Amino acid sequence: MAGQTDMELIKNGVRLDGRKPDELREVKIVAGVLDNADGSCYLEWGNNKVYAGVFGPMECHPRHKQKADRAIVQARYTMAPFSVNDRKRPGLDRRSSEISYIASQAFEKVVMVEEFPKASIRVDMQVVEAHAGTRCAAITAASVALADAGIPMRDMIPACASGKVNDIVVLDLNKEEDNYGQADLPLAIIPSTGEVVLLQLDGHLTPEQFEEAMDLATSGCMDLYDKMRAALENRYGGKK
Amino acid sequence: MSNDHVSNLMKGHMESLAAEGKRADGRGINEFREVKIETGMLNTAEGSAMVHLGKTKVLCGIKMLIGTPYGDSPKSGTMTTSTELAPLADQSFDPGPPREQSIELSRVVDRGIRESRMIDFEALCIEEGERVWMVYIDLHILDNDGNLFDCCTLAAAAALSNAKIPNVQHGIADEDIDLPVTCWPISCTFGKLGDSVILDATSDEEGVMSARFTVAHDENGNLRAAQKGMNGAFTDAEIREAVKTARASDNVLREALKGIQ
Repeated sequence: MAGQTDMELIKNGVRLDGRKPDELREVKIVAGVLDNADGSCYLEWGNNKVYAGVFGPMECHPRHKQKADRAIVQARYTMAPFSVNDRKRPGLDRRSSEISYIASQAFEKVVMVEEFPKASIRVDMQVVEAHAGTRCAAITAASVALADAGIPMRDMIPACASGKVNDIVVLDLNKEEDNYGQADLPLAIIPSTGEVVLLQLDGHLTPEQFEEAMDLATSGCMDLYDKMRAALENRYGGKK
Repeated sequence: MSNDHVSNLMKGHMESLAAEGKRADGRGINEFREVKIETGMLNTAEGSAMVHLGKTKVLCGIKMLIGTPYGDSPKSGTMTTSTELAPLADQSFDPGPPREQSIELSRVVDRGIRESRMIDFEALCIEEGERVWMVYIDLHILDNDGNLFDCCTLAAAAALSNAKIPNVQHGIADEDIDLPVTCWPISCTFGKLGDSVILDATSDEEGVMSARFTVAHDENGNLRAAQKGMNGAFTDAEIREAVKTARASDNVLREALKGIQ
């Protein structure tokens, strides 16, 4: 968050990309796009493009990470070197490591890990094109991939960010809003219970704006949830 | 890189099929799987391509940055190839830094592109001895069903042919121009299965084959790079025969590559 800026990001209630403050970018979700993975998903969110693949439950390596009473989720978030304008060095950096770690923990809440003692469920999220909001895109895609893999889960977790630009709370920040806006709040929830499994915030929000941002991100998550279910229904058929 | 869990029964089956000139998936021993190339799907990359070779899927992105040339070639741009064996592509791919197999793969692909002079490196010079374009070829393996060598070389060639030099972004000129491409290297990879030699092995076939041989030709039918891998061996006659077969069989990949231009 650059904080204060003179840049006009919203004009007469319309954002630079033509969206209203409470409007999501276009989202396209396809389940089951890879052959080797047990479950997979390709997701486009605005210009973001993400692949997610799931293997497992399987024997956990390294062994010292095994839990006697449950499975662990080993999620890994990476950005391709060509996913951003300046080439990103390949491999895990501190940002990717943090996102991988909090995503693993978010998934462990919904996956029925107690059914698979000592096992590991591997979740790989590959961002191939990035334009702000990739962690939400990756977690959403990975949720669909977990369901596609038939991993027993209590629910899927959609993730969506809200934020603040020009003192207005908006849903789903785009690249300019992410760079020059005033706050960013990525949120992942369990739709069936309303519980929060991932929340980050950076920037500046008044208590009232925070309430508003939570409401907006939650409604974004619910919209996504419908699209996630539709993607699975598309693949497997289901009640329409 | 291959499927490590192929049963002895399957091994015997595949070997006896190969001895009769047949394959488990119905192909002939010198036949490629179906190939499909898409280009230009990534906006952040200077060039991009996705290649499907059977079920193997590789996504390649080209990035171009400005850097200083090497002291011994002040007028030449540079090129770096790296491969990411994404864990989602294969259960046996471990997360973590690149390992030997991934490095070998990058280097063989790199040699095929570099030694064929596919890229005109001198055209990448901006200011002699000071500033040149550095081309980064990043290969993302999304689905591994064998023969990553040929699929990666094809993806790299397709993405390079689709690449534009980002002059505007870096303030070099008023217009982005096509990356100058001079020729089309194509690699063919063979596997030794029992006493037979097969082209374009699947993951299952890689799991039971004993040796691997890759050869890259340019469009004039001249050899540009080769590599023998794995702990088995080929006879002298098998190598010579494979090189001839490659020239006869790489047309299908060449046609696919021409289709995108």
